[in-house]
Amino acid sequence: MTRPLVLKNLRIVDPSRNLDEVGTIIVGHDGRILAAGADAQNQGAPDGAFVKDCTGLTAVPGLVDARVFVGEPGSEHRETFESASRAAAVGGVTTFIAMPDTDPVIDDIALVEFVKKTARDKAVVNVHPAAALTKGLAGEEMTEFGLLREAGAVCFTNGRRSIHDTLVLRRAMTYAREFGAVISLETRDKYLGANGVMHEGLLASWLGLAGIPRESEIIPLERDLRIAGLTKAAYHAAQISVPESAEAIRTARERGANVTCGISINNLALNENDIGEYRTFFKLSPPLRSEDDRVAMVEALADGTIDIVVSSHDPQDVDTKRLPFADAADGAIGLETLAAAALRLHHGGQVPLMRLIDAMSTRPAAIFGLDAGTLKPGAKADIAVLDLDEPWVLYKEAIVSRSKNTPFENARFTGRVVQTYVAGKLVHSA
Amino acid sequence: MITFPHRHLLGIKGLTEQDITYLLDRADEAVQISRQREKKTSTLRGLTQINLFFEASTRTQSSFELAGKRLGADVMNMSVGNSSVKKGETLIDTAMTLNAMHPDVLVVRHSSAGAAALLAQKVSCSVVNAGDGQHEHPTQALLDALTIRRAKGKLSRIIVAICGDVLHSRVARSNILLLNQMGARVRVVAPATLLPSGIADMGVEVYHSMAEGLKDADVVMMLRLQRERMAGAFVPSVREYFHYYGLDAEKLKAAKEDALVMHPGPMNRGVEIASEIADGPQSVIEQQVEMGVAVRMAVMETLLLSQNQGPRL
Repeated sequence: MTRPLVLKNLRIVDPSRNLDEVGTIIVGHDGRILAAGADAQNQGAPDGAFVKDCTGLTAVPGLVDARVFVGEPGSEHRETFESASRAAAVGGVTTFIAMPDTDPVIDDIALVEFVKKTARDKAVVNVHPAAALTKGLAGEEMTEFGLLREAGAVCFTNGRRSIHDTLVLRRAMTYAREFGAVISLETRDKYLGANGVMHEGLLASWLGLAGIPRESEIIPLERDLRIAGLTKAAYHAAQISVPESAEAIRTARERGANVTCGISINNLALNENDIGEYRTFFKLSPPLRSEDDRVAMVEALADGTIDIVVSSHDPQDVDTKRLPFADAADGAIGLETLAAAALRLHHGGQVPLMRLIDAMSTRPAAIFGLDAGTLKPGAKADIAVLDLDEPWVLYKEAIVSRSKNTPFENARFTGRVVQTYVAGKLVHSA
Repeated sequence: MITFPHRHLLGIKGLTEQDITYLLDRADEAVQISRQREKKTSTLRGLTQINLFFEASTRTQSSFELAGKRLGADVMNMSVGNSSVKKGETLIDTAMTLNAMHPDVLVVRHSSAGAAALLAQKVSCSVVNAGDGQHEHPTQALLDALTIRRAKGKLSRIIVAICGDVLHSRVARSNILLLNQMGARVRVVAPATLLPSGIADMGVEVYHSMAEGLKDADVVMMLRLQRERMAGAFVPSVREYFHYYGLDAEKLKAAKEDALVMHPGPMNRGVEIASEIADGPQSVIEQQVEMGVAVRMAVMETLLLSQNQGPRL
C-alpha cells in the first residue's frame, strides 16, 4: 500500500501515447497510475492523497537504462545495487538492466536469482538482470537461455566483449529465437584496432596512442546483422558510435531483419577532443569519435534509426583509472547525468523532447519487454519529474555513485530531475 | 634574467619559438663547458636529480646523468623493470615515494604515452620527459635541432627528411613539432604501414620513395626500426626494407651534397642505415650524442633556476 499521490499542473510528456499536454497525474493505493493527462485535471483526489502542485515542471515516464554495469558481485568497492540504484534515482532512472560482467559472471540461474533478490532487497529502483550469452562470457558455449529467461533475465549479452566465432553466434541466435530472447551485443573486431585505446585519427597520432578505426565496429556489426537476418532472431546492437553503423542497421531493417540499436549518451554528448591531455575518464568503449560522427549520430537518433540511449554506467576506481591512458580501464559512470546530458540535445533543438524520452524510456521498455516506459492508466507509477530549464553544475562532491569517474565533472547542464517516483513512492527529491 | 615560463618539459608541444631558441642558446653555452678540462660547475649544487627509467635506456640515461653531474647536482638513477610489476601502479606509487624524498627534478622514461604528464600532476618538483611511449621525446628533438643549427647556422627554411618508422616514433613526433615551430620544411619518408593515421595533417609532406623524399634535403634523419616490427608485421622483411628505405650511398645522392645524416641511436646497421653512411663524412651521429648532454644541461638548468621565479605554466 502506497499513499495515493496527485501531481498537479505539470506538463506531461508520454511517448507511449504521443501525449504532450499540461495536466495532472493521479496515482492510486496500488502504486499504479489512475489517470495522467489534461482529462485528469479536475478529477478528485483519492482519499488521503498527497497533493503536489508541480506548476512549471514536466513529468515523463521513469527512464529505462538498458546498459548499466554495477560491480556486485565481485567489485562492491566500485558500486553495489544499493548505490547504483540511488544514483539511478537521482538521474530519474526508475528501471535499469544490469550487465552480467561481474565476478562471477551472471551465466547461471542461481546468479540471476542472486541479482534479482539483492536488487529487490537493496535497490530503490527496478533492476533487471541481463544474462551472459555464453558461459563465462568466453564466447564459446551458450548459456541456458530458457531457464535463465524464466528466472528473470531480460536479455542476453556478452557484456563488454564481442562474439568472434560466427558459428557460435549463429547457433546462439537460432536457439534464442525460440525463447523470444533479445540478444544484445557490442561489436569490436578481434584484430582490427584490438590494441587501440581511442578513436583512430590525427588526435590519436599526436598523442602517440593506438587508434580504433571505425571499421573495427562496422565489420563485426554487419556480420551480426547478416546472422540476425539469417536466424530471424531479435538482435540489439548495444552501442554504436559511427554513422556507418546506423546505415548498416537501416539496411538490415530494409532486408526485414528484426534489429534495434542503442547508443551511449557519451557518444552523443562528447567527442574525441574531450580526451585532451590523456584524461582517462574519457577512455570509453566504444571510443569517443570525431565531432562529425557525434553530429551524425544525433541525427540518427532524431530520425529514429537509433532506437535507444543508454548511460553505459561503468563505475571505475582510482586503481583502474589513475594510470597512463593506454593502461587505464574503459568506462564512465552515467546514471546521474543521463537525463541532463540528453536534454542538451533538446535545448539545442537537435532532438525533440518526445523522441528523447521515447529513446530513454518507452522504446527500451518495449525492446526488452519491461513493464515500464509509459504513464497510461494502469501502468506502474514510475515517474521522473524534470525542471527542464534549471541550470546546474555537476560537482564531484555531489556524486551519489560509489565511483566518481564521470566525464561530466564541473559540466554545466540545463534541466535536471527534481523528483523520481518508483511505483508511486518518492525515491529522489532535489 | 630567466625567460622560460614552464615548470616541466613534457613535450615540444606548448613551447614557442622563443622558448626553443632560448634553450638552444643556453645549450650552445653548455657545449663549451663540456669541452673544457674542468667540466664541473656549481650551477645546481645542492639540488637533487632523480632519473626514473621504467624502460631500459643506456644512452639517454647516461646523458641525463652526465648533464646533471656537470651542473653540480646530486644524481640518482632508478631503473624500474617493466615486466615484474603492474606498470601503472609502479608509476604513481614510485613517483609518490620519490617525491617524499624532495628531489628537485625528476627525469622520466616510460613505455606509456602520457606517463610523464600524469607524473607531473602528482609530484611537486620539475619533471623532464625522457620519452613516453610513442608520444614525445623532447630533449631528443632539441639536441637534433642544436646539431642542425650549429652545422647549418639556422633552422628556418631548411628541408628535413625524417625517414622510417614514424608510426612508432616519439622522436619523429617531437621533431615534427619542433621543426615546424622553427619554420623548417619537414618531410616524412616511409612505407604507408609505418605512418600514423592523419600524417598528412601533421605539418609534413609525405613521401613513399627515398629518391623523391630526399631530393634537395638539407638533413636526412633516419629512425630506428624495432626488430619485432621487421618480420612480416609492418614490413615483409629486413631485406625488402633496406632495399627501399635503408639509407645507402645511392639514395643519399638525392639529397644536397652537404646534407647531414642523423640518427637518434641505437642504430641497426644494414637495416635502416648502411655502415659506410653511418661512419661517413656527412654523418653527425656522434655530434648528436655530444649535443645531447649540452641540451639536457640547458633544460635542467633552465627549469631549476626558474623554479622560484615569475609565473610559470
